[in-house]
Amino acid sequence: MTQQSRIPAAGGPRRRSVVNGLMGAGAVALAGPALAACGGGPPAADPKTVTFGSNGADATPKKAYAALTAAFTKESDLKVKTNTVDHDTFQKSISSYLQGTPDDTFTWFAGYRMQYFAEKKLASPIDEVWETIGSGFSEAAKQLSKGADGKYYFVPLYNYPWAVFYRKSVFQERGYTPPATWAQFVALAKKMKKDGLSPIASGYGGGDSWSILGAFDYLNLRANGYDFHMELMRGDVAWSDRRMSTVLDLWREVAPYYQSGAGGRSWQDAAQSLLDKKSGMAVIGLFLGQQITDTALREDIDFFPFPEIDPAHGTDTVEAPTDGFMLSRKPKNAEGAGKFLEFLGSPEAEGIYMGVDPSNVAVHSEADTSTYNALQKKSAELIGAAKHITQFGDRDSDPGFISTVVLPGLTQWLGHPDDGAATLKKIESQRSRFFSG
Amino acid sequence: MTSTLEAPEEPATTPAAPPVPARRRRPRRLGLRDRLFLGVIVGVPLLALLIFVWLPALASFALSFTSWDGLSLSEIDWIGWANYREIFTNYPPFWPAVQHNVIWLLFTALLPTPFGIFLAYQLDRKIRFTRIYQTAIFLPMVLSLAVVGLIWEIIYNPDNGLLNGIIGAASPGTHIDWLGDPDLNLWAVLVASAWRHTGYIMILYLAGLKGFDPALKEAAALDGANGRQTFLRVVFPALKPVNIVILVVTAMESLRAFDIVYVLGGGIGSKPGMELLSLLITDNIVGETSHIGYGSAIAVIMLLVSLTAICTFLVQNFRKDKEEA
Repeated sequence: MTQQSRIPAAGGPRRRSVVNGLMGAGAVALAGPALAACGGGPPAADPKTVTFGSNGADATPKKAYAALTAAFTKESDLKVKTNTVDHDTFQKSISSYLQGTPDDTFTWFAGYRMQYFAEKKLASPIDEVWETIGSGFSEAAKQLSKGADGKYYFVPLYNYPWAVFYRKSVFQERGYTPPATWAQFVALAKKMKKDGLSPIASGYGGGDSWSILGAFDYLNLRANGYDFHMELMRGDVAWSDRRMSTVLDLWREVAPYYQSGAGGRSWQDAAQSLLDKKSGMAVIGLFLGQQITDTALREDIDFFPFPEIDPAHGTDTVEAPTDGFMLSRKPKNAEGAGKFLEFLGSPEAEGIYMGVDPSNVAVHSEADTSTYNALQKKSAELIGAAKHITQFGDRDSDPGFISTVVLPGLTQWLGHPDDGAATLKKIESQRSRFFSG
Repeated sequence: MTSTLEAPEEPATTPAAPPVPARRRRPRRLGLRDRLFLGVIVGVPLLALLIFVWLPALASFALSFTSWDGLSLSEIDWIGWANYREIFTNYPPFWPAVQHNVIWLLFTALLPTPFGIFLAYQLDRKIRFTRIYQTAIFLPMVLSLAVVGLIWEIIYNPDNGLLNGIIGAASPGTHIDWLGDPDLNLWAVLVASAWRHTGYIMILYLAGLKGFDPALKEAAALDGANGRQTFLRVVFPALKPVNIVILVVTAMESLRAFDIVYVLGGGIGSKPGMELLSLLITDNIVGETSHIGYGSAIAVIMLLVSLTAICTFLVQNFRKDKEEA
């Protein structure tokens, strides 16, 4: 740059004209973002169009959402403009997305994460929608869809249970039986290790550290019960509580049976090791099914509920994260968006979605379950029989607290499990920062 | 840009050693148009600098004394020094992050930087295929970070990674968890970073060497200096401006190290063993429930550390220059 601007000064084109040119370019560069901001704004509301922000960027959900919107257009004559964003990016940018010019409707998660945005008035209540669709949902689903103020903010579409997954053929060949209690579970893991398997498939490397929360949540739910777990998640009890040491002590019993090298492995690779019969079991969600393309293999997959630890709590709670839809703060086409949400809360919509993506279970009680595969049927039964349903560690709690405090603490501990006192103290030291108000 | 453009005009506006009282009465040599022109040419970049650099920096500084979730402006609470107090006394990842930044700086300054210089010196000696070597070594710098992340993930993968495959540590029980083990992962990432940094330094130094007067080298050779002596006694001191650039680049890159750790850490912020100041900032600011004030305070700390390091260095260097002149 220096040389270029000097050379013309010596002769050739007049220096000033070059400078002017450069300055003009600079001014355009400066004005660029501002102009883009003006030009990039949404067009005036079109009463025939509903916008829909989707985090379903993977092939299967993308296809499923496309089928949903096509069906809605057919039924209502309203067009749906879908804006698909990568799942992780969608979550990371959700705050600025909702404050900017969000789409009328968007995909989101039930639980604390939904209630947070409801409380911050970044989502609109949808009580009218629920007047139409309410009869189709169980009491538990209704509870899940309400904000802290008692209004509805969420239309659930599907959920999927977390459980301990295994391959039937492996259990048959080796004569394993699904354990019902913690002692049996530990014994089974020990036996698997002796047989040369990695007992518990594990991969929490890269961005997948959330995957360890499945085991953590269940250990806490089984040992200390639903109420304590939810209090812990909402930041109402100290992490240095004696009951938390119990959880880590239990975890420490099975830590030696975790697949080694887990801190650098993706959950997909861990799941694959289960499918390849290198690992014996995996504490994971039904979304494991998205890894499977072969039907024969899918039929060889089964699961059992996370084993009982304290008989007082039994296996009364199932972790079943629910995904669904919300209405943004100032929808441009409120009426159309309402209709779209009503459609999404209908049994037909559930049927269309499940038809494409069989690794989830419909929430709607009248949804058609005749096309379910064995895993889906068993999942629906598991969730239906549960006394309590939890979402997941990072959905029931402040996601920032979980991802920047709890997960680093727990993954580090899991690498070298000790009594956990230092880890719990470290986590507790940050709690007040996230749950003050 | 501004300074170089104005440079030729200096002799006209400031005559050599003008007597002080005369300066006020000196007739204006610049017409209105010229002054307007100068005003615009200085004003626009200045405005850009203010709006895009200093305003955000000052806003961060102001925000570092608040508690704010980043949602509505009315919820900004002034809490004074509380963020800083918390960070220094009650933020477990802070001191490890500082330590890792220091390790990063020392490592980068002691290994990849000298190695890059060494490579540049060797490649400058008109060996065969030098272009190919140059391209190969500089390639990591050209690759997008997503690709770099992918490459190193494949190398470090515990099950089917290149590294574990070669040393036979890919079976259950013998796994070496390069990116997962908190005692190892920083070094694993440093190697990846060095891989990029070497090429960068090499190109910078090579550019300097290209402008180096070969007559000096010949003179050294005539005086009987060997290759090592020529480099250490003649070339290296003569390339002082380039050396300064390289040192500043190294220091800055180490203090603001972020991208490669972020990518290899899976894009979720700091992981145990890989905490860095820059990552702690995003930890607190990016995400659904953000702590803008807290993150800003860490950003301010990082800014001050960087400024101190760079300013001390530059001031010292230029002072020496003046003394020598």
